[in-house]
Amino acid sequence: MALVLNEEQRYLKETAREFFRTQMPVDVLRQLRAGKCPVGYRNEDWQKMNELGWAGIVLPEEYGGLDFGYMGLGAILEEGGRTLAPSPLLSSVVMGATLILQAGSAQQREQLLPAIASGELTVAVALEEGHHHDPYPGNTNLVADGDGFVLSGTKSFVADGFAADKLIVVARSAGSAGQAEGLSLVLVDGDQAGLTKQPRCFADSRAAASISFDDIRLPASALLGDLRGGTPPLELALDCARICLGAEMFGGALECFERTVDYLKEREQFGVKIGSFQALQHRASLMYIELQLTKSVVLDALSAIDEKRADLPQLASLAKALCNDVFELVTSEAVQMHGGIGVTDELDIGLFLKRSRMATQQLGSSGFHRDRYATLCGY
Amino acid sequence: MADLDLDQFRLDVRQWLSDNCPPSQRQPITREEQVWAGRNMQFPSEDAKLWFERMRDRGWTVPDWPAELGGGGLNEQQSKILRDEMKQLGCRTPLYDIGIWMLGPAVLEFGTEEQKREHIPRIARGEVRWCQGYSEPSAGSDLASLRTRAEDCGDHFLVNGSKIWTTNADKSDWIFCLVRTDPDAKKQEGISFLLIDMADPGITTSPIELISGESEFCQTFFDNVKVPKRNLIGELNQGWSVAKALLRHERKLMAEIGGDTPGPSFGPVQAALHYVGCDASGKLRDPALREQLVRHEMAYRAVGLTHFRTFEERISGQTDSNVPLIMKYVGTEEGKRKDELLVALLGFQGLGWEGDGFNSDELLTTRGWLFSKALSIAGGSSEVQLNIIAKRVLGLPQQ
Repeated sequence: MALVLNEEQRYLKETAREFFRTQMPVDVLRQLRAGKCPVGYRNEDWQKMNELGWAGIVLPEEYGGLDFGYMGLGAILEEGGRTLAPSPLLSSVVMGATLILQAGSAQQREQLLPAIASGELTVAVALEEGHHHDPYPGNTNLVADGDGFVLSGTKSFVADGFAADKLIVVARSAGSAGQAEGLSLVLVDGDQAGLTKQPRCFADSRAAASISFDDIRLPASALLGDLRGGTPPLELALDCARICLGAEMFGGALECFERTVDYLKEREQFGVKIGSFQALQHRASLMYIELQLTKSVVLDALSAIDEKRADLPQLASLAKALCNDVFELVTSEAVQMHGGIGVTDELDIGLFLKRSRMATQQLGSSGFHRDRYATLCGY
Repeated sequence: MADLDLDQFRLDVRQWLSDNCPPSQRQPITREEQVWAGRNMQFPSEDAKLWFERMRDRGWTVPDWPAELGGGGLNEQQSKILRDEMKQLGCRTPLYDIGIWMLGPAVLEFGTEEQKREHIPRIARGEVRWCQGYSEPSAGSDLASLRTRAEDCGDHFLVNGSKIWTTNADKSDWIFCLVRTDPDAKKQEGISFLLIDMADPGITTSPIELISGESEFCQTFFDNVKVPKRNLIGELNQGWSVAKALLRHERKLMAEIGGDTPGPSFGPVQAALHYVGCDASGKLRDPALREQLVRHEMAYRAVGLTHFRTFEERISGQTDSNVPLIMKYVGTEEGKRKDELLVALLGFQGLGWEGDGFNSDELLTTRGWLFSKALSIAGGSSEVQLNIIAKRVLGLPQQ
């Protein structure tokens, strides 16, 4: 258990803050939004992040990574959350690489992980099929066919899926929707024949796609891990991603909160600063309290990944639920406390609001995670 | 090397505790079994007396106080190890007294050498029971408006007025008080910090019955009480800074006990499984209570982790942290939510007042729930805590 950053991690966090402040301010997201780019991030930004080694930060050194740990990656994502910086770090480096590391054969690992670690290859994980996060979907099928497989079905929401070089598709080989057993993981090229990608435009201006697989024939070597053995690696990758997304959300909430407190100190009405009103002071203090509690949970959850702790699933649900809640609270209050200007597009606060709700739906709402936490705790 | 020393220390502590803590003193403690300091100390059992004496003789009633003044002389890490090991073995707290929790640290910080030698060893040995005289009937959250007068009469002060919410004043030997020594100065500036012997003529106490049925809070009256000048802690008219330091100790203490008020032996999860039960799928039968329970459990874990984070921040030298300022609010508010939840989980059984039909845990649920309401009022109400955060942490403008 580590709840404070060590010196190296603090230095990395400062570097990341400076990088996002100067290289990827919120305006980058505005430019991407204006350009309606289906990729969702700027290649030049991704290249700069790769030069800093961030794509390989959690990967083992044998695959070209830095083996620096999730406490470090969490610090980067938190700082990126402050400027709403889009990148494939979560989809490719956390979700994709974790699945390959956990489930892949030696050959798959050697072939794919160094390319992910250097940032030249990006991977997206195709899981969601319905209106809400569901780790056990049922309508994309992987069926044995001769010496290979046939993949069919549609994924409704694949984060960073439009531009990813490769997809890892979560598909059903046995059982039905809602069952944990019977899922397989399969690797598909992003430009594979029979695959249709449609960009989906969401409120947060990040990139996501709907992707269909029209009876695609795949060789046996496309399978990642065992047939019907996809769930354990998937659960781990999802938990790591929930915590990392939580770190990003925490950064966004913190930034939004600080901007709001600054505004309370400068805006005047009735002849005084509005921050002198007790009605607003107490609400600001309550947000500060929630942020501090959430910070402890995010740090503990990140260290639980690094330490491979057995209570990782609980902590992932705890962290995601709390980050969802605090980001929703802070962004809603931020809009209200900014008053009229808070509902204008000119101010960035609205962008944080949109990101909050989108990130909440990704990888599980608070209701999903409270239910899961209760079940994991035996009630 | 330091780590190795600490590891060895831990092993020694573990060994000593298991050799010296009687098995009966490793059971969860009830209120009646608490050993309180005092001129006429009462022990609920021979084992409790033995355990107290052994801990006292090692200075471990006050592990981090100087050894030459009766303390254990341990540093912060060693004290934490002792606490952890006591918790691990289930060892009871050997001695209860707010002299230990609150006054002692203030005397160590502000007292003269003579005052330390007079009071600290007696607190460490449990010879005096202390109570606190801060609030007054017309000075609650606005503590600095207090009016109890201490008039300078040459070699002594003459004290007149009354204090309220003086916890256990009727059972205490000494009281530490905030008194007004300069009625013409601005609010905070005319206040001094006095130690008063409750046996002095002119002091009377009267218990106040609370909604929980308990009456550990009292009102204490001072009628021409003569207090020697040597009982002044800190400078004359500078009592407010002593009080602020002491309030920090009180808030820290309340943050810690907030989730741990005198209550039943079961926690919310155990209570839920027993009093509500699960359906065939293993989920609590009542979905609304399940939602309330999981929200509490999550918040409680976050609070625990935040306590731990403040400790780690302190150890690693990140002393600029403002996190301790939130803990009084968080501990007491979450404590109240926990007690509300317990009552809801127990249903009718969580609202029993006395007599047949309820076991002791059920009655403690009712009483603990009602008592918890006082915690977010005493020691600086929740609203005052939010004011402090807004001002000191967020730097919001004051009206």
